[in-house]
Amino acid sequence: MIVADRKPLEEIQEMIAPYNNIMLVGCKGCVTVCNAGGLKEVQILASTLRIARKKEGRPIQIQERIIERQCDPEYVEQLRDTCDQFDAVLSMACGVGPQFLSAAYPNQRFFPTVNTTFMGGATQHGIWEERCAGCGNCITHWFDGMCPIARCSKSLQHGPCGGSNHGKCEVSKDIECVWDLIVRKKTEQGRLDDLRKYWAAKDWRTARDGGPRKSVREELVK
Amino acid sequence: MSDNGFKSGSNLEKVLKAGHFAFTGECGPPKGANLKHLNEKMSPLRGVVDAINVTDNQTAVVRMSSKAASALMVQAGLEPNFQMVCRDRNRIAMQSDILGAYALGIRNMLCLSGDHQKFGNHPEAKNVYDLDSMQLIALVKQMRDEGKFLNGEDIDEPPRMFIGAASNPFAEPTDFRVYRLANKIDAGADFIQTQCIYNMPRFREFMKRAVDMGLAERAYILAGVTPMKSAGMAKYMAKFVPGMDVPAELIKRLEGAGKGKMAEEGIKFAIEQIEEFKEMEGVAGVHFMAIEWEHKVPEIAERAGMLPRPKVD
Repeated sequence: MIVADRKPLEEIQEMIAPYNNIMLVGCKGCVTVCNAGGLKEVQILASTLRIARKKEGRPIQIQERIIERQCDPEYVEQLRDTCDQFDAVLSMACGVGPQFLSAAYPNQRFFPTVNTTFMGGATQHGIWEERCAGCGNCITHWFDGMCPIARCSKSLQHGPCGGSNHGKCEVSKDIECVWDLIVRKKTEQGRLDDLRKYWAAKDWRTARDGGPRKSVREELVK
Repeated sequence: MSDNGFKSGSNLEKVLKAGHFAFTGECGPPKGANLKHLNEKMSPLRGVVDAINVTDNQTAVVRMSSKAASALMVQAGLEPNFQMVCRDRNRIAMQSDILGAYALGIRNMLCLSGDHQKFGNHPEAKNVYDLDSMQLIALVKQMRDEGKFLNGEDIDEPPRMFIGAASNPFAEPTDFRVYRLANKIDAGADFIQTQCIYNMPRFREFMKRAVDMGLAERAYILAGVTPMKSAGMAKYMAKFVPGMDVPAELIKRLEGAGKGKMAEEGIKFAIEQIEEFKEMEGVAGVHFMAIEWEHKVPEIAERAGMLPRPKVD
């Protein structure tokens, strides 16, 4: 899923400073799962903003909403009745949300309230880790189900570099050296010879380097 | 192409091919366009080493470009070993710089991944890592031996580089390190320069494995030596530099030398290492990294019996 973190409160307050009547829209997709922009987070953020503005002596009206997915025009359409009634609209979805909202409601102003961080999953309750770089050409099978493109700080296809330290990356003690994990797994399974292979330079055209990407599924296009 | 059997014809290649025990040095370009500073750092190495590594924005700190500093060395009649890291260039810039470097008279190249920018003075930077060091080695070899760019197009006058790679025998996972070395040699490395060695028993073990795998016959392995200036430096390296193995006995030995005598003790240890490397099976030379101590190199080289350097035509 897409993982996001809520922006600092001060940044959000600054964004909405000129406005007195706004809507805060959550998303039931990924940001609900990663506890960044679901119903609960919408309610907490709205209350916090209201209290802060009340303290300042400039109360603010905030309508709380949540839709199935902000990355789907069908659901975004559900805001049609009210969207343009507000001074501004805050999205609690990933970076895709405000863009789909902007496209659907060109007269409204939209603000993001989360920072979209990565594609990954929860490794334990409350901790999410990056797993996929969306390079457009999956090679995890070469590395026993681990992706050095996403998980090695240098995206090395022939690691580990000299900075691998007690199973951790030189960049931070909080980052596992994925190459250490790969070597360990191959060693345990008696397949270290797999790592004697040479992998040709990666074709990054399928990644973001080829420009913004588009996926067309002919059979689904009406 | 007449090449007299040499891949690049660099001095370093000639020295190694002739069977001499090589001695290479290192020079970090200045943090500015200060030519005087660069000259001060490289001139003590004249006639003392076979080639001088020119670091490429080492530890991700911005410095004069390694290609420019290497070219200045060529102009000054010294032989550079041009370092290139994968952090800052994509394949387009890499190939272009390799051609440029060759045109400027540079004949040795060391292919490295590069320290992550987190350690440098521009941690906000975006990194590249289009290719990794293994792919860079293979690229330089393809350009030289096949005369082709990475995309298969012909090169008008291929760059004939003597290809170097790094190896860290002490980094984790240590058992795998000799295989990674083998991979680099398979990819096309002609010579290897190792990370600074302090743990001699572990290095002996590593070299034994490399020799048993036939690697020392396929590439020239130069053992990395950096003299310790003090026990403080040794402790710092032991604690903070990833992949550095500094045994406690060495720290004790430096401390035991007492204040004001630690640097000399560090030099003595380095000389003992060089003496052992000369005899060690599979070691073809020493890569001497006197970090900000370039002026000491002539004296150390002399004491280690590395002078005069051989002249090979």
